[in-house]
Amino acid sequence: MAAYVVGGILLAGITLYAVLGGADFGAGLWDLLAGTTARGWAPRALIDESITPVWEANHVWLVFDLVIFWTAFPHAFAAVMTTLALPLWLALAGIVLRGAGFAFRKELSRLPAQRAAGAAFAFSSLMTPFFMGTVIGAIATGAVPAVASHASLDAWTSPTALLAGFLFVAACGYLAAVYLTGEAARRGDQRLQAYFTYRAQAAAIAAGALSLATLAELNTSSPALYAGLTGRSLPLVVIAGVCGLAVVALLAAGRRGPGWHTLTRVIAALGVAAVVWGWGVAQYPVLLPGTPVTLASAGGTHATFVALIVVAIAAVILVVPSFALLFSLQSRRLLGTGEQGTLSAAAAAGRTGQPRAAHHQRPAPDPHRGPATPGAALGTIVIAMVIRRLRHR
Amino acid sequence: MTHAGPAVLLAVARVSGEVVPARAQMATTLGFHIILACLGIALPSVVLLAEFIGLRRRDETALRLARRWSQAMGVLVAVGAVTGTVLSFEMGLLWPGLMRRYGAVLGFPFGVEGLFFFLEAIFAGIYLWGWRRLAGWAHWWSGVPIALSGIFGAMSVIAVNSWMNQPGGFAQRGGRIVSVNPAQVFFNRAAIYEMPHMILAAYMVTGFLVAGVYAAGILRGRRDRHHYTGFALGFVPAAVLTPFQIFVGDTAARAIAHDQPVKYASMEYVPRTARHVPEWLGGVYAGGRVYGGVRIPDLDSLLAGFGPGTRVIGWDSVPAADRPPVVWLIHLCFDVMVGLAFLLLLAGLWALYEWWRRRRLPPQRPFWWAGAVSGVAAVVAMECGWVVTEVGRQPWVVYRLQTVAAAATTNGGVITSLSLVIIVYAVIGAATILILRMLSRRWRRGDVSEAAVPYGPNPEPQDLAAGETGR
Repeated sequence: MAAYVVGGILLAGITLYAVLGGADFGAGLWDLLAGTTARGWAPRALIDESITPVWEANHVWLVFDLVIFWTAFPHAFAAVMTTLALPLWLALAGIVLRGAGFAFRKELSRLPAQRAAGAAFAFSSLMTPFFMGTVIGAIATGAVPAVASHASLDAWTSPTALLAGFLFVAACGYLAAVYLTGEAARRGDQRLQAYFTYRAQAAAIAAGALSLATLAELNTSSPALYAGLTGRSLPLVVIAGVCGLAVVALLAAGRRGPGWHTLTRVIAALGVAAVVWGWGVAQYPVLLPGTPVTLASAGGTHATFVALIVVAIAAVILVVPSFALLFSLQSRRLLGTGEQGTLSAAAAAGRTGQPRAAHHQRPAPDPHRGPATPGAALGTIVIAMVIRRLRHR
Repeated sequence: MTHAGPAVLLAVARVSGEVVPARAQMATTLGFHIILACLGIALPSVVLLAEFIGLRRRDETALRLARRWSQAMGVLVAVGAVTGTVLSFEMGLLWPGLMRRYGAVLGFPFGVEGLFFFLEAIFAGIYLWGWRRLAGWAHWWSGVPIALSGIFGAMSVIAVNSWMNQPGGFAQRGGRIVSVNPAQVFFNRAAIYEMPHMILAAYMVTGFLVAGVYAAGILRGRRDRHHYTGFALGFVPAAVLTPFQIFVGDTAARAIAHDQPVKYASMEYVPRTARHVPEWLGGVYAGGRVYGGVRIPDLDSLLAGFGPGTRVIGWDSVPAADRPPVVWLIHLCFDVMVGLAFLLLLAGLWALYEWWRRRRLPPQRPFWWAGAVSGVAAVVAMECGWVVTEVGRQPWVVYRLQTVAAAATTNGGVITSLSLVIIVYAVIGAATILILRMLSRRWRRGDVSEAAVPYGPNPEPQDLAAGETGR
């Protein structure tokens, strides 16, 4: 019994990491696609200001999830970490470079150095969710054995796992764009609001298409999970779809009231949460599909489960109000950037979207070459081609 | 698996060949992260002390120092958060054998640590970025949870390490954990001395590092109130804690002589169990002899049990395969740690004497040289301490229950990840130091024009001026 409660706690932790931490990675993705230095200044400034005070706290959900995983289900943890060592190492590299790059960019003063740190931040924001997606995809397709002795390349390069990787990237970008639309609206910046609305809709379509493609692929690669998703989990799958459509519609309506944007954000997060829970419910109580490893038989003991439930209750008492305080201060814009000035001052001065001083613009080669629209189109085409190839395999 | 003969396990280790690179990678990443962890544990307290004095006495200098340190803390906390995550992944990626078998036992303290890591990160987000718009004391209080959760988080992580040294609080049958007592796991026999030892070390490292920065400035002739205040805010807490640390360390060593006699024997060069054991200062042990050390008769017995006739257990008490690999490294690291601690104590006593007699800090340049290198000395001492406790536990990962070889990954390619880790960490370490130096130069010039670029965050010079004086 306690094992199932802890399974639920782990799934809740994964959900929170997806909707909070995932959005921070998505913001990095939009930073990557924001175009040249001058063109990308305004969206990058908004991204920077929005994720600065919160990304570390959001990141802790990953550590929390790992700890619950290895404490409650150590046998499954060891098998996953051994079989999927390579994508996990790559995701880890992305986590390190994302965090360091983001923190460094803020403090660096010379443009080339800022660009290098920014490129590390933005590119690893793309890499990390992709590899995490392949890990989840590999687990879902039953590619992780109960007892693993060696890493496997095939486990996470199956069509389903790669599709899951792309789906994670698209979902992160979708969440981030929805959140950033609200941030832009709160600042009364209509240009940026339109900018991120457009991207949120594009990402919603990409994420929706990838979800359907993954689902179709699961039909052949993991029939048991497919049966669960179209059976027991069907309500959650429907909720996910309805939430996605609702967000696209709400964004298209484009009202500017604060409540409207909060609603849009909540529905977007709910949609992603429904996907996570749909997966969990479809797979329950099996932990590693294709093996007999369930929540109750993955090496945990009753005392450990109880201890973790106590930790989770403590988290609800201590951590949830703290998060509420952080997010409320952040949304009231009481958290500026340290000793340095804040970007809001620049916005108030009517300089949004404009480079501060012309002489800082340099014709040097730019790591963020290419404007957003062709970049996004190119990305979509690449994803479509990969999907086609995978489906032929 | 665990009950198999060590010789078999060593043979396995030689075949799989991943144990040594896995250990090297763990040592590199832990050795790097531990410095940032020290700053993460103790720097918030030092910043809060500065802000407290600044608010209480309306001291602009102390407030300015607190602001600047918290900007540096922003960079250090971020790098610490990601390098800490590396360790979480490595628990599974490098040591799946350990996690598979003992994850259910040692996982719980990590769960508690997760709680405090949350509080630390959340309130760091509020404190670090709340300088401009939160009122003075409200801002100060927002930093208190960071300092507290740093201490409690450190206790939780040390609970795991001390459990590995003194495992207890669980029962296993047929290779499976059947019951766990979380309280006994958390407060195991070694936790009582390891927890205070590491938390004091974190405060000493942080205090002396902060002091070192300003002592270096004073040596370069920047003899102003700003530098003396910065030095004192770091040096005084660290110097005050040093004697307590020496006391805790001495107690810990005696407990290790009792609980982990082979580790103690390696620290003190005790090949055979005997009474009237001499103390060796320095020296390299090879082939049954100690080369180049100073021998003090009976002192080791005296230290271990307050009497020259105390019996000290030597490493001959266990088979050769159960002994740590390089005793001279363990011994020299132990001596360096203890020696540096006493030198740091001397620096503190010097300052205390000067303050007692003349109400001032020592004017002599050697004192400021000592101050300038005190941070590096504290870091070296702390790293040496970790070498003693980790290498001294070999070949065990969980003392007398599981060997490192049985815990290590069976995947190949650790050499590759180790090489990449060394490159990435070298770049991140260099970038962190460069950025801190750059911040310091920028502050000193009082000039931010260079920081105003059309990319990313865009500081406003007039805002900075307002921020400097506006509180």
